[in-house]
Amino acid sequence: MTAGRSSEANGSSSANGFDFGAVAKGPVSSSSASRTPSESASGVPRNPSVSALRGQFGDAVLRSQVNAGDQDVVYVEPERILDVLRWLRETPEEHYDHLADVTAVDYGGGHPLEVVYQLWSIPHRRALRLKCELPLPSLEIDSATAIWTGADWLEREVYDMFGVRFRGHPNLRRILMPDNYAEGHPLRKDFPLRGRFSRAEQTRRALSQEPEDYYAPGELANRTPQTADDTEGGAA
Amino acid sequence: MAVRTVEFDAARNPEMGPGGTLVASPGAPFDAPEPRWDSETMLVNVGPQHPATHGVLRLIVELDGETVVKVVPRLGYLHSSFEKLGEYRSWNQIVPLTDRMDYLAPLIYNCAYVMAVEKLMGIEVTDRCRVARVICMEMDRIFSHLLWLGTWSIDVGAFTPFLYAFQQREKVYKLHEALTGARITTSATRIGGMMADLPEGWTRGVREFADNLPATLDEIDGLLTCNAIHVGRTQGIGAISADDAVAHGLTGANLRASGVPYDVRKDRPYYDYENYDFEVPIGCHGDCYDRYLVRMEEMRQSLRILHQALDGLPAGPMDVDDPRVSLPSKTDCMSDMESMIHHFKLVTDGIPAPAEDCWFSVEGSKGELGMYVVGDGGPKPVRWRIRPPSLVNLSAIPALAEGHLMADLIVINASLDIVLGEIDR
Repeated sequence: MTAGRSSEANGSSSANGFDFGAVAKGPVSSSSASRTPSESASGVPRNPSVSALRGQFGDAVLRSQVNAGDQDVVYVEPERILDVLRWLRETPEEHYDHLADVTAVDYGGGHPLEVVYQLWSIPHRRALRLKCELPLPSLEIDSATAIWTGADWLEREVYDMFGVRFRGHPNLRRILMPDNYAEGHPLRKDFPLRGRFSRAEQTRRALSQEPEDYYAPGELANRTPQTADDTEGGAA
Repeated sequence: MAVRTVEFDAARNPEMGPGGTLVASPGAPFDAPEPRWDSETMLVNVGPQHPATHGVLRLIVELDGETVVKVVPRLGYLHSSFEKLGEYRSWNQIVPLTDRMDYLAPLIYNCAYVMAVEKLMGIEVTDRCRVARVICMEMDRIFSHLLWLGTWSIDVGAFTPFLYAFQQREKVYKLHEALTGARITTSATRIGGMMADLPEGWTRGVREFADNLPATLDEIDGLLTCNAIHVGRTQGIGAISADDAVAHGLTGANLRASGVPYDVRKDRPYYDYENYDFEVPIGCHGDCYDRYLVRMEEMRQSLRILHQALDGLPAGPMDVDDPRVSLPSKTDCMSDMESMIHHFKLVTDGIPAPAEDCWFSVEGSKGELGMYVVGDGGPKPVRWRIRPPSLVNLSAIPALAEGHLMADLIVINASLDIVLGEIDR
């Protein structure tokens, strides 16, 4: 999309010396640091934890890159994510004790969905971003709730919005959407902006909700973990 | 910093009993053990439409007598899917979505969002813009804390501080209006600068507000800090240890009240915060009273930053001098063909961002406010994620409130300082 626009605008240099093609190209970095995401160009990672992770986990660390100038990103094998997180949390030299965020990115077009962990070490003042690429048919990854209690709601939100199932999560239910929401996972790229159902169907479903679903003690009594399949909607 | 000068002592604060005799206050320990009624527990829905939940939060509370056995928060009543809407908008069009999330400190959200996008695009804003945004953010930190202070005092049973706090908030509303034309939905920032330069005399208004606020804070301080009822209702209530607070992901004043000195402004400084002279108040008990003390002190420290920023506000342009980012002036658009085309292309095409991702967090009024933006080379985000501090802070409420009384649950909820707009987004 961008490339097409820049080619047609390339020649138009205006009278006051302003190159309109530059608008399509977008802003360039005003710092000297290279902004290309490829590993070769961005050079050495700034965060010593990246090389430590490579030394400790070897093949489980798929690749690393430096984004946005100075932010270290490490791609990790999804199967090993729990070991990596636990090691980062418990090794004294790393000590990433603050799990700032767990989220996911869907790039659409059949690309794998990324689960993103933002870590911060309060004593060492270092930030690290971990990513796991999950192929679309099998969106499953281990839950980090055993390491950080705060991961509970963040992972529930990722499940709610993207449909990623967190193995071992104590209470993997929808958090923002209603429990009986049947239209799928809203932040996926294949989810239309206005929802899957027609407005009439959405209204009908909203009006036909049983009050007992919302004001029932069952929620409190049900202390066994509800499996993700129970709340999975009809949408693919 | 945030050192408590009074300790609650139930025996020292007797109450008047029947016939004029002094009896121990209800908080005092009794000799006889509380009788144990092994009856069924009761279920109470607090909210979603309840003033003490500070928004459309619903807490399903299981009560044994007056004791909270279990709390289950239910969210989503204000869910608007701002993150999804953002994927259909160009970078600058997202700015109006941001201030609707935290309507108690809209300028912090405006600034945090554009700072993340500027970091992704590699844009360095001008010196004047940096200082102006610091002024905006610190002003709104106080703005948000004042609302917290007012509603908090109502929740512990004091009405007067609410009125005092809202008198001062009204002044910030007026400053918002002078700066942006709107009182709450400010949308003051743009990629590479601000919506407009600061209006004439605006800094004088901010300084006037900053000069007058300490008197109000002192008054409220005198009403609450050593007040026996306030102290008795908040000390030892909803305490959380430093390790638990970190494991729960608490940030902001809630974390610092437990004694963890994590403040994004100090630990990961942005916008020259390392050059401002201010201190980060921390508590040591992690209970509601310490959260109160920390926030009270934070307002005073924000005033210090505000004064320094107002003193050091440089002259010069507000927007970056980069035609790929900044719009031409309206006068040029009306008189100059190239400027009009330039304006048209920027507005219709938007500003492309590199195909990278960027995490940027600022110290918001509620805690660490993180913005995660992912570009794909086009003018719209692939993903725009907000790390809402209130959501993570609220997730600790079952751990904080279980075992306390129902009335304490309201105080604990108030002490966490949540805003539902950013929790549900």
